[in-house]
Amino acid sequence: MRHPDFLWRNPSPKSAYDVVIVGGGGHGLATAYYLARNHGITNVAILEKGWLAGGNMARNTTIIRSNYLWDESAAIYEHSLKLWEGLSAELDYDLMFSQRGVLNLAHNLPDVREGRRRASANQQNGIDAEWLDADEVKKFCPILNTSPHVRYPVLGATLQRRAGIAKHDHVAWGYARAADALGVDLIQGCEVTGFEIDGGRVTAVRTSQGRIAAGTVALAAAGHTSVLADKAGIRLPLQSHPLQALVSELLDPVLDCVVMSGAVHVYVSQAHKGELVMGAGIDAYNSYGQRGSFNVIERQMGAALELFPIFSRVRVVRTWAGIVDVAPDASPIIGPTPVEGLYINAGWGTGGFKATPGSGWVYADTIANQRAHPLAEPFSLDRFTTGALIDEHGAAAVAH
Amino acid sequence: MLLIRCPFCGPRDETEFHYGGQAEIAYPADPSALTDEEWAGYVYLRDNPRGWFHERWTHSAGCRTWFNVRRHTVTHEIAQ
Repeated sequence: MRHPDFLWRNPSPKSAYDVVIVGGGGHGLATAYYLARNHGITNVAILEKGWLAGGNMARNTTIIRSNYLWDESAAIYEHSLKLWEGLSAELDYDLMFSQRGVLNLAHNLPDVREGRRRASANQQNGIDAEWLDADEVKKFCPILNTSPHVRYPVLGATLQRRAGIAKHDHVAWGYARAADALGVDLIQGCEVTGFEIDGGRVTAVRTSQGRIAAGTVALAAAGHTSVLADKAGIRLPLQSHPLQALVSELLDPVLDCVVMSGAVHVYVSQAHKGELVMGAGIDAYNSYGQRGSFNVIERQMGAALELFPIFSRVRVVRTWAGIVDVAPDASPIIGPTPVEGLYINAGWGTGGFKATPGSGWVYADTIANQRAHPLAEPFSLDRFTTGALIDEHGAAAVAH
Repeated sequence: MLLIRCPFCGPRDETEFHYGGQAEIAYPADPSALTDEEWAGYVYLRDNPRGWFHERWTHSAGCRTWFNVRRHTVTHEIAQ
């Protein structure tokens, strides 16, 4: 068998770039791709301290949806979902994007009211959303236990049929190959250790592979954004937490939709290969350790087994954690910073994967035009001073 | 899983506690004198270090006291 061709070059860094993106995960790769494709800016480097897409991109549960409550969030996540719908064709890479529908379960009357309100808000924003009662939920997902005799009975659910999952590695590889082909340098094993700032403007980054001059520096480092921003003298309203997930052994097809429950802290889908992929809520404490506490997994499993008794003898193969950066309103921060030429795209918390195309699109536009893209404007850093928060704890704090 | 030492009850499992974030955030001495930026800083800005962190925990399933812990955010080691 012939070894497949490599999908991208592995160049050494040049001494200067128009744009340096810090972080080679999904958002960084998408940003580089759209800088080149939409704006013709190709003198771009992505600096990744580890390997491409080896952080949260390799650790998330790949759920994609756009059923957020507030207009600002709905707009950016729906922009992203629309990009997902054409992305395999555009990147000429099978992303295994599967619009199999996402259920968000309601277990009590406040959940029911919130779910109906959310579905209504989504519909008014042109986003597909339906409210299902418990019988309709049972029809849509027959293995779900909708008995009224459990501790947290299923009273109904919102359903977004256009929502679903994709294969995370393929998304990273597709963007990386496309960005590389347009001339972007993907530089792995290159850690940013500091910034050179002259008269309030960033001029270069210092890295483990030497100094690299930059017209613009764009952070896309998820859970490690605070650490980087600190090197540029910027304090951010972000806290980094472990977010745990796990996979089961491989099973025959048993679950053909995505089921999420914020109330009991679990979300489940079955990957194409056959493993059940389950996510938990964040561990409460701050951490960069890429692991969490076992009690969180135990609680998540308890919830999963009450919802899906059929999973009771399934074995867990592997658990892990990614480090997610969470803002006080559980919404992202996109745009300029107090340092001229230094941009931030962070705070996606537990929900960054679904936003990958939309985030890259608006961030690239923001960098190219040196001002926030209209969809990014509400997500500015100064909203914490003005008070114009976008409180998505209902959509985002636990379940993504 | 963390083993946290409550100052009254001794070492107990993490599940008995709730987390309170960064320690020693003092309420502003003269709140009405603060600018919007300063008020936002008090409400929203917290350290987020990769390393040792001084933080609050409460023994919510025990004596319910609040106390400070120094914990490493990479190794999760708790300083004695």
